[in-house]
Parts: sequence; C-alpha cells; structure tokens
Amino acid sequence: MNALDIIQLIVSSSLIYAAPLILTALGGTFSERSGVVNIGLEGIMVMGAFMSAVFNIQFAAAFGGWTPWIGLIAGGLIGVLFSIIHAVATINLRADHIISGTVINLAAPAIGVFLTRAIFGAAQTGPLPESFGRTNIFLLDRIPIIGPIFFENTSGPAYFGIILAVVAWFVLFKTRFGLRLRSVGEHPHAAETLGIKVYVMKYSGVLLSGLLGGMGGAIQAQAISNEFGILTIAGQGFIAMAAMIFGKWNPLGVMGAAIFFGFAQSLARIGTYIPIIQDIPAIWLLVMPYLLTILVLVGVIGRAEAPARLGTTYIKSR
Amino acid sequence: MQLIRQHKTWLNNLLVPVLSIVFGFIFGAILMVAFGYNPIIAYDAMISGVFASPYFIGEALRQATALTFTGLGFALAFKAGFFNIGIAGQALVGWVSAIWFALSFPDLPRILLVTLSLGVGAIIGALWASIAGFLRAYFGTSEVIVTIMLNYTALQLTNFLIRDVLSESGNTTESVGENASLSIGWLSTLTQSSRLNLGFFIAMAVVILYWIFMTRTTAGFEIRAVGLNPHASTYAGMSAEKNIILSMFLSGALAGLGGAIHGLGTFGNIFTQGGLPDIGFNGIAVALLGLSNPIGIFFSSILFGVLDIGAGFMPNRAGVPDEMADIVTSAIIFFVGANYIIRYFVDKRAAKKEAASSTKGGDV
Repeated sequence: MNALDIIQLIVSSSLIYAAPLILTALGGTFSERSGVVNIGLEGIMVMGAFMSAVFNIQFAAAFGGWTPWIGLIAGGLIGVLFSIIHAVATINLRADHIISGTVINLAAPAIGVFLTRAIFGAAQTGPLPESFGRTNIFLLDRIPIIGPIFFENTSGPAYFGIILAVVAWFVLFKTRFGLRLRSVGEHPHAAETLGIKVYVMKYSGVLLSGLLGGMGGAIQAQAISNEFGILTIAGQGFIAMAAMIFGKWNPLGVMGAAIFFGFAQSLARIGTYIPIIQDIPAIWLLVMPYLLTILVLVGVIGRAEAPARLGTTYIKSR
Repeated sequence: MQLIRQHKTWLNNLLVPVLSIVFGFIFGAILMVAFGYNPIIAYDAMISGVFASPYFIGEALRQATALTFTGLGFALAFKAGFFNIGIAGQALVGWVSAIWFALSFPDLPRILLVTLSLGVGAIIGALWASIAGFLRAYFGTSEVIVTIMLNYTALQLTNFLIRDVLSESGNTTESVGENASLSIGWLSTLTQSSRLNLGFFIAMAVVILYWIFMTRTTAGFEIRAVGLNPHASTYAGMSAEKNIILSMFLSGALAGLGGAIHGLGTFGNIFTQGGLPDIGFNGIAVALLGLSNPIGIFFSSILFGVLDIGAGFMPNRAGVPDEMADIVTSAIIFFVGANYIIRYFVDKRAAKKEAASSTKGGDV
C-alpha cells in the first residue's frame, strides 16, 4: 500500500463511520437548541435502524439501488414517531429529560427485537439485500489527487450529512425559525412574551431530532452493520451527543466533531493496514472512541456554551 | 391533622408507582393485542410460571438480589443529583474483578475469600464510578455521557481480560472454587436447587444500612442536601466536590458489589459479554419505580425479578417474544417519569375533597 492508498482508506472509512454520527448529532443540536436534552437519540437510532432494515428487505426488489435511500426516509419517519414520546413526556407531562430519554433507550431495543422476532422469527434480520456501498461523487472525483482521496469510492450518506450540516447551520442562524428555536432554548419566558409559541418550537426541535436520529440509525444499519440486531447500535447515539457538545451546538462544528469520532471508530477496523497504528494492541483501538469522547468533553467543557435553559421544563403561563 | 396530611402524602406517593405498574401492564397488553397475541395467556404464563414452583421463586429472588444492589446504587447518586447511567459498567467491572480475585486465591478460607472477593468487586466498581465523579467535580463534565462511555470501555476491557488474561483466548473463565461460593445448603434445598444464595441476605442487610446511612448520618444528610440544593449546601459549608465524588464512589461500590454477587452467586465464573449486563439498566428502572426509597427499591426489584424470570415462560406457553417484559418495564418507568399526569388527577381529586389540603411533590 502506498501513501495515497492509505490516506484514501483512512478518509473513506472515517466518512463511512461518521455518516450516522453527523446526522444524529445534528438532530441532537436541534433538540438541545430548543432546550430539550435528548439522550434518547440512542434509542431513536435503534428504531431507525430497525425500520430501514425491514424496509430494505421488503422493498429491495421494488426499488433496487434506491432502496437504502428510501429506507433512510423510512428510518427518519419512525424516528419522528418515536421522538413524539419524548416530546410529550418532557414538554407536556413535565418528565425529567434524562429519565424520559432513558425510557426510550430501554424501550427501543426491546421493541426493535420484539418486532424483528414477530416479523422474521429471529432476533436478527440477517444481511440486507441492498446496502449503501461506496460511491463516486459526480464530477468531483475527477479532480487530481483530491478527487481520489475524498470523492472516489467513498460514503454517499456522509456527503449527504455534510450538505445537511450546512443546511442546518443556515436554518439555525439565518432564518426566523432558527432564531425562534434558539430563543426558546435560551429564555423561553422572554420568547413567549414576544408571541413565540414555546411548545410548538420545542416540539419542532425534538421531532427534528427524531427525524435526523432515525436517519442516522438507518445509515448505521444499511451502510455499516448491514443488518438489524441488538448490537447494530452500540453507543453511537451517545457518541453523537458528545460530538454535539464538542461542536458547541453549532451544526458546522458538530459535523467536524462527528467526522473526528468517525475516524476514531474506524481505526478499530482499518488499524491493521496502517503503519504505526497496527502495532497498537487491538484493545486500545476498541476503547479509544469512548476514551477520546471523555477526554474531549473534559477539555472542551470549560469553553462550551450550552443553551441557557437546557434540560429544564417550561411551564406555560396562563 | 399534621399526621393525617403526612399519611395522605405517603399514600399519594405510593399511588404513583402502583398506578404506573398497572398502566405499564395495560400498555403491554394493548401492544400484544395489536400484534395478534393473547395478553391474558402471556401474563398468566409469566405469573404462574414463576409461582408454580419453588425453584423459579428462588430464581426470581436471586435476580431481585442483583437488582436491589444496582437499584440502590443508582438511587444514591440520584439523591445527590446525579444520573449514574454507568451502573451496568460498574457492575461488570465488579463482576470480573471478584471472579479474578477468587480465581487467584482459591486456597483462602471460605469466609475470608468470599468477603475479600466481594470487597474487591465493590472497590473496583467504586473506583470506576469515581472517574465520572472526579471529572464532574473538577471539570464540570456531564456524568451522563462519561458514565455511558465508561460502560462501553468496561465492556471491551472485560472481554479483553477474559480472552487474554483470565483464559487462553477462550470465551469463559474457569469456575471459582468451593471456597468462593455464595450458595447456602438449606436455601438451595428449600428452593429445589435454585441459585438463590447468601447474596439475598446481604441485600436485605444493605437495604437497612442504606436507610440508616442516608437518614441517620451526617454524610448521608450532606449527600441529600447537595442533591436538593447544591448552592445552599455549599453556602452552609458543605464541599460540593467532596460530596459529588463520595456519592459516585458509594453508588459505584453498590453496583460493583451487585455485580460481584451476581457473578459469584449466579454463575461462579465470567464469560465474554455481547452487551452490557441487564442488571445495570434494570437497576435504574428499579430505583425509579422505588422512588429512590430503599424499601421501595427492595419491592420493585422483586417485581422486576419476577418479570425477568417470568418472561422466559412467554415464548413457549404464549408464543410471545420475551422482549415483551422489557417493553412493559420501560412503559412502567415512562409512567413513573411522567408522573405529572397521575399526580394531576390525584391532586385534583384531593383538592375537591379538601380545598385546603396541600400535597407535596415526590422525588422523581
């Protein structure tokens, strides 16, 4: 393997592992910007992964190569449905955000595996007929050197995530909706006196997080594990939350952090091909994404500015 | 009058978990009907499966034993205002270290080996949790994310230890010797050789000790005070840092002890794990349902022990996947968490009866 091949391998596998994290972390950003902590993202990813796997198996014959992309939408929709639970519990029923999120994380794998057994008679779906695979990005892959490294044989969903990050940044910081969403996370009382419907904004934030988290899970199932089982989602939802904090709740920073964590996750798989890293014992590569997450949080927290009213219940004045 | 009011608050507090259990089971039934299963057969299989034989009653109580420890562990940190989501990881490191110790010193006398093995499990669990406590106290790092990351680290580390240190690239360790066994002859005979063991009595003792510690000692009072109002407690001269680390240490110690008892008492060895042990997250459920009260936790863990063992009867006798039990569990915790809706109706009724009655909100 020459240097270019190694760089190509690192970049493409980082992007493959980053794709689910980018979408989910963007979802978390919308939710937390509206003031609702959503540690249920992990469970929402599980449901997205489950739904997309079922969709993939049932409709591969009908949609062919487009199946994973439509499966992505299916995963996002089930994510929205599931996030409604979190929204109702935290916004209307005044439940603690962490408890409600924990309930979602407890329920999702149970419901996912329950339904998988009900549909397929086994705890796993088995391999999916159509996966995302690797794609060349149209035209960009023809650029010399940069083309082969970044745009050839790479992850389509990751570039979808990168585009979404730019869109999310625009929505949050350049539109009226974004301004209102952020104001609800910072100072809901002030927002309400200005006539902003606080509950509607909070619902939008949580439901968007469900959509993006479900899509993130769908990518994990259809691009990385290529099946649905209890182990398909193993902490990616939480790592995405760490990426969100690392990126300081700014979609572009969040995207960068997610790619960084994607790189850390990919090392356990491709480490054996890379000089120097192949000499590190496998156990270190396995625990590194988790330890890096902790280190990053310790390093970043002093400078990170969370939305001011994050995690608190807002009780509408009468 | 004061006494009656207190009695009423207590009754209302009890109403939340009881109604949550009822709603949780109803939710499970609706889901089963929706998927063409018969919920009555399923619940009957679950309940009668457990209570028909002393063996399965013993197994349910054995499961409850581990849940009591992990539940108390979560509750202790919760009282101090922290979410120790890392209970599962702490129980796992407690489990592997207790087995490791017992395998390393097989010739120590039984009372010493059992005590030391459990002690090692508790201390390793405590230290593992303290990492999160330390980072929270001195760097303000969210204990929720740190403990979750430590969970996955514990899982990978434990599997590594089993494969590369405790066995020769196998998936399971040797069983510990007779001297590290927790089984009690008469208890096994009574429950037709179920794996119910000494741990059950240790659990009951720890429930009492926990209650004494939290309500009758200065350290316990400080932990509760910090949980209720960190600013006021700091103003009153209590050290926030000290109490954060202490509560995470004790929380992890309980989880580690639970893991050690689960390991020595139930299995007598450790094997590579596909995921984090159930006793961790179910312990969180137990603590929330028990409203962080030690007696409540004890009874909640018995309920979840029965659910857990009873779930095993559902696939064969009712054709229902045993994940149904986990779904019911999460539904119960949903209603506990969203108790506003229950309290809303309870308070409304109370207000109708007695306009002046004032009911206080609970802990969860």
